[in-house]
Amino acid sequence: MSLNPEFVGRVYPPAAIYVVGREKIREFAAAVGEANPACTDVAAARALGYPDLVAPPTFGIVLSMRASRAVIFDPDLGLDYTRVVHGEQRFSFIRPIVAGDELLVATTIESIRSMAGNDMIMTRGDVGTASGEAVLTTYSLLVARGPDEDAP
Amino acid sequence: MRPSRSTVSAGLELPALSFAITRADLIRYAGASGDFNVIHWNERIAVSVGLPDVIAHGMLTMGMAARVVTDWIGDPGAVVEYGVRFTRPVVVPDDDEGARVDVTGKVTAVSDDGVATVAITASSGGVTVLGRAQAVVRLPA
Repeated sequence: MSLNPEFVGRVYPPAAIYVVGREKIREFAAAVGEANPACTDVAAARALGYPDLVAPPTFGIVLSMRASRAVIFDPDLGLDYTRVVHGEQRFSFIRPIVAGDELLVATTIESIRSMAGNDMIMTRGDVGTASGEAVLTTYSLLVARGPDEDAP
Repeated sequence: MRPSRSTVSAGLELPALSFAITRADLIRYAGASGDFNVIHWNERIAVSVGLPDVIAHGMLTMGMAARVVTDWIGDPGAVVEYGVRFTRPVVVPDDDEGARVDVTGKVTAVSDDGVATVAITASSGGVTVLGRAQAVVRLPA
């Protein structure tokens, strides 16, 4: 089943504010093995010039994945989530995420392509503060394997 | 001594990074990230959808591989761009060793304003698991 190309450009507006907590940054840093003290020690983060703990570079996925559920489970789009794999991921920063940030994500469908029976959908997440400061942009390529194809 | 604009130029190879991903790492990352997809912790379901075994979250491999850059630059907030393609899954066996991932980084360009581009490779069991992986970092003055 091909996805409807008319969904390109559709914007899923921000839902709830995500408050970035120190303990969440510490937990995420431990999970990816990021040992830099700026992720765990406030004084170390301030010594590098940040107002509070710095999130590891891929932390934004926590927010963008949450926001992209609006796309994945949009009944009108009709993506079969059980067949979706993550094809590509990119983060483009204006500044790093720091503890205390109150963030919103607007998700846009950048492109929809079909290739070899697979649907490929690129989503863009514009992450900014509740007061309107842009922080980073995430790009996620989701690949929905076609129904006739065997597993990867 | 952290790298700086005066010490970094194209061609510089970053210290290589090697790490293991075990089943415990997958559980820890699931909790930290909120990604509880069953193929990352349930062998029965992973096999039922055609995978050889439980596989790592692509984002866990990407997150761990970032350390080749952040360990070198000494500042996780210096990364201004980071992107990868997930070319092959990292299969994580149910044992104490887990899956080993080997990561390299090499500076391919440095701009006049002190921004370095790093080409990253990541392989597990001899196969490339991250393709077209690249980070852009702001070098200290």
